[in-house]
Amino acid sequence: MSEIATDLPRHQPASVVTEGGLVRGLLIAVAIVFLALFLVLPLATVFVQAFAKGWDAYLAAFHEADAHAAIRLTLITAAIAVPFNLVFGIMASWAIAKFEFAGKNLLVTLIDLPFSVSPVVSGLIYVLVFGSQGLIGPWLLEHDIQIIFAIPGIVLATIFVTFPFVARQLIPLMQEQGTAEEEAALTLGASGWHAFRTVTLPNIRWGLLYSVLLCNARAMGEFGAVSVVSGHIRGLTNTLPLHVEILYNEYNFVASFAVASLLAGLALVTLGLKSLLEWRYAGDIAASGRRH
Amino acid sequence: MAEPPLRPRRRFRQPSVIPGFGLTLGYTLTCLSLVVLLPLAALVVRASGLGFSGIWEVATDPRVASALRVSFGVSALAALTASVFGFLVAWVLTRYDFPGRRIVDAVVDLPFALPTAVAGIALASLYAPNGLVGAQLAKLGIEAAYTPVGIYIAMVFIGLPFAVRTVQPLIVEIDREIEEASATLGAGRLHTLTRVVLPPLIPAVLTGFALAFARGVGEYGSIIFIAGNLPYVSEIAPLLIVIKLSEFDYGGACAIATIMLGISFVTLLAINLIQAWSRRRFGYV
Repeated sequence: MSEIATDLPRHQPASVVTEGGLVRGLLIAVAIVFLALFLVLPLATVFVQAFAKGWDAYLAAFHEADAHAAIRLTLITAAIAVPFNLVFGIMASWAIAKFEFAGKNLLVTLIDLPFSVSPVVSGLIYVLVFGSQGLIGPWLLEHDIQIIFAIPGIVLATIFVTFPFVARQLIPLMQEQGTAEEEAALTLGASGWHAFRTVTLPNIRWGLLYSVLLCNARAMGEFGAVSVVSGHIRGLTNTLPLHVEILYNEYNFVASFAVASLLAGLALVTLGLKSLLEWRYAGDIAASGRRH
Repeated sequence: MAEPPLRPRRRFRQPSVIPGFGLTLGYTLTCLSLVVLLPLAALVVRASGLGFSGIWEVATDPRVASALRVSFGVSALAALTASVFGFLVAWVLTRYDFPGRRIVDAVVDLPFALPTAVAGIALASLYAPNGLVGAQLAKLGIEAAYTPVGIYIAMVFIGLPFAVRTVQPLIVEIDREIEEASATLGAGRLHTLTRVVLPPLIPAVLTGFALAFARGVGEYGSIIFIAGNLPYVSEIAPLLIVIKLSEFDYGGACAIATIMLGISFVTLLAINLIQAWSRRRFGYV
């Protein structure tokens, strides 16, 4: 075969299933220019503005009690919200992927619900429950429990907006993997927990890591929902994104962009790791079926 | 006497040897109820307390009506832009090979990963009259920041990944043989694209449009910095909810939220109908 092939003329005939070279180049150029203008330029701006007045001004933004408090609160929030959603995601996907029961589709839809609610509305509903005029607000007031304009409210709102992340990643993945391996483990005498730990968990670990990564990025970066429930008390209920807003509104642009660059760095690390996982473990992250 | 044939008993759950159903489903339902359903129910209770006339009264308030018009109108335009360029980007990423393709592909997800407040201040400083892009636009007589144009730019930013990621997997799976057949039968490339390749992709494009639209309507963080938030001009509905809340006008906030949720619900319903239609027409979503 190969000898025959070499006898053929060297030039490739124009393929009938792609566009001409000129059109192709033009389309690639338009796509890249569009992405550069709309996506890359804003990202670059964050770093340019953060370093506009040099390193010292940049670092000064972090030598400040309010900035420390904001970093601490953001870490606390993520440290509660992410594990919560991790456990919830595993529990939900076990129930939904390993068993057949009535009302399953409805359950999946309800888990996805927070994705289609505006961040501001996500904050609002918690104010309606826990706020001073809320459903159980008066009772909370009587017992001196503060949820809105305090850390619990921020954590709750963050859990709400990141609620579907782990579950919606794991459910299709575990559905595709089926139950045969777990059944084999159980037949061989493993307990349910043992089967989960030694059979299921290794199968879903990359998908789990992937979803935790995205969940964490959103938990640390959430603005709208947290803004509604936080009350913006400096040093107390300000997360990093809220701190960025306050500094910006005070025309303290360098400090604002410096703090923002921390979050942008987090986004870049998240994107890098995400792409790495997609490239290295494509088959282990998501179900291969037709879905996005 | 013959036994009547055994009819399978309808049951809630198919039998399985795998343990943990009660525990995991119970935990799932408890979390779902406490975190998602109960707080959303609080909104429904509040809104039903207002009644239809109460909500209508808020919706027809000139300032609220104007904010809703801005939110939904600009978001539709932005979603349209995101769909067109999103399709182009998805096509280029799946069909052509060029250096740095993997990086470009990763960049598409940037709006998912970048906190909205960070995107917001970056866009605001870029498109401000003295900003890098804003100054150029000003020479052309276009004011971007602090006008609906700024809202449009932020919404395109936030909606683009939805448009790209909904169409991309379907372009990957197009059967190239159909295109070959079309070419063999004498169709030009443009003819093949518009008559053979594009029609099956329309449902995905529409779904991407609807997702970008819904996201744009609800978006807050990336918009408020660039919008300028002038009442009747560049004030968006989510911001008005925040304003009503800060005035302790819970009823007004609930009414706007209900209207937004209602329209989002209709959008989601539309997505489902598009997908059901697509399944019937093309055999897949």
